[in-house]
Amino acid sequence: MSAKPAHAPARMGDPGSGLKLFAIAYLIFIYGPVLFLPLFSFNDSIFVAFPLKSFTTKWYEQAFADEKMIGALISSLQVGGIVAVVSTVLGMFGAKAVTRYQIPGQGLITATIMLPLFIPEIILGISLLILINSVGISLSLITVTIGHIMLCTPFAMAVLSSRLHGFDRSLEEASMDLGETPWMTFWRVTFPLAAPGIVSSLLLTFIVSFDEFLLSFFLAGQEPTLPVYIWSQLRFPNKLPSVLALGALILIASCVLVVVAEWVRQLGTSEQKVGV
Amino acid sequence: MADNIIRIEKVTKQFAGGAKAVDDAQFNVERGEFFSLLGPSGCGKTTLLRMIAGFEFPTAGEIYIDNQPSALIPAYQRPTNMVFQSYAIFPHLNVFDNIAYGLRKSGLSGGELKRRVNEALGMIKLDGFGARRGDQLSGGQRQRVALARALVKRPKVLLLDEPLGALDKKLREEMQIELRQLQKSVGITFVFVTHDQEEALSMSDRIAVMVKGKVLQIAPPQELYEAPDNVEVASFIGSINLIDVTVKSVGAGEAVLDGAGFGQLRARAIDDLKAGEKLVAAVRPEKLALVSSRPGSGSFVEGTVKASAYLGDRSHYHVFVKGRTTPIYVAAQNAERALTGGFDTAKSVYVTWDWQSLILLRR
Repeated sequence: MSAKPAHAPARMGDPGSGLKLFAIAYLIFIYGPVLFLPLFSFNDSIFVAFPLKSFTTKWYEQAFADEKMIGALISSLQVGGIVAVVSTVLGMFGAKAVTRYQIPGQGLITATIMLPLFIPEIILGISLLILINSVGISLSLITVTIGHIMLCTPFAMAVLSSRLHGFDRSLEEASMDLGETPWMTFWRVTFPLAAPGIVSSLLLTFIVSFDEFLLSFFLAGQEPTLPVYIWSQLRFPNKLPSVLALGALILIASCVLVVVAEWVRQLGTSEQKVGV
Repeated sequence: MADNIIRIEKVTKQFAGGAKAVDDAQFNVERGEFFSLLGPSGCGKTTLLRMIAGFEFPTAGEIYIDNQPSALIPAYQRPTNMVFQSYAIFPHLNVFDNIAYGLRKSGLSGGELKRRVNEALGMIKLDGFGARRGDQLSGGQRQRVALARALVKRPKVLLLDEPLGALDKKLREEMQIELRQLQKSVGITFVFVTHDQEEALSMSDRIAVMVKGKVLQIAPPQELYEAPDNVEVASFIGSINLIDVTVKSVGAGEAVLDGAGFGQLRARAIDDLKAGEKLVAAVRPEKLALVSSRPGSGSFVEGTVKASAYLGDRSHYHVFVKGRTTPIYVAAQNAERALTGGFDTAKSVYVTWDWQSLILLRR
């Protein structure tokens, strides 16, 4: 947090410079490739290669003119929105159950809910595909949504149960003692106190869904989500620059979301000290 | 018949693990009384309080609150309010909204709400603190807000779960007096849970002593201290010397006993005493006195001082008496100013007492 730890090693024989170099190399390795996205999105050439040609915004125009791509973006936003809300609600139920009640077989139940995090997505995707086919449901955005909810609920539950663990149980009891029903206690006490966790959960599950490729690939049918659409377009070199343009926009939107999420989370932790 | 606001009828609470947290509790709390549940941690006193509040439900038995069978009524429908051990001040609300929480539920709003909350703030001497957040309050202030939030609902019974436990000693003693005065002025029945015997003795009208889920004795403080029903209560409240005795003879209101190391002892007789019966004679350390020369008459025993502690207003002595494995504790008031003193550990001393201070207890 403070600058002190970074300075301290530098004073004793400067072993810090190697570490600094490593940190810089690491950051370049992580973020360098991503930064090529906005860079080439303004490059007036269909080939994604150096040297750069002149500056253009035509790829952005092309991207917005591509109805299929915009359609896929809208599909992804819709799926992400529904998934975020549904998995956060389910996660809230689960988190409330495991943090507030003594349930027999609690460990097993929690493990079962968390399991989708540890199953390879390709296995999940194939098994869901087989199930959905055998039941006779046709593939659509609905099946994608169902798959994503399964994948995102454990994320939501993990975020929310750590939040609910963090505050004093007697706060909810105090509300009921003062005459509120369990339902109103949830709205007047639990919900406002868990709100930072709920916002984090909504953002996290939305991003996981928006970003998700494998399950969508298996379950999307004729209605691709954005990652699936982009993947299908990689075969056509002339489409690539407009994909880069859209990618650059999504990158900026994601950065904003992450910053907002972190800000909300920190608001939450500074507030939490009061509850304990 | 007394006006009982709470009647606990054969209440048992057994948790899933199998242990009985509360075992066949049976007692009444009178209207307007300051009633304490006193016991060591894990004795079931908090579970019993939570059953009165409606956070736990008894496995067996019935709880009557103001003559309503209430054992299975949820907390939010009971005419009781609670002050929690952690105070449970809502961190997302300021002091005003914390106190108004229960009133808003009752449909109060506007001027009447404001009046009631401000009145409550005045009662706890926190006028003008309405806009403060929970984290801007000291421990004592949080405790007061919790108290006001519960009392503003005008409950029939106020339940307090070790509300002074988190405060430092000086503040705790102030709050004890303040709480007692508050209880008298509002006239609401208080049921107070504590593990601190001095706290219970100084505040309560009556105390129920609980050990291992069982209510052992219910009595006013003085009776509990001076006339405990059994050895467990006697040794939980304050310190006490226990002497194994055998009854030799029983006279008019008086028994003659034979005590290990003590020879012949006199004590007030208790009901149904028979010669040959084995009992425990108990005596409080402050009822004993130490003298260095052999008394001419009265009750006394010879011993040697094994250890002593000077505490300013009083001194504590451990006196070894032949024939006993545990020492006799003597607490002597240092009533006279003396710069030197104490007892020579090599010489005999005599522990004396008024024979009526002995309490006879059955095991």
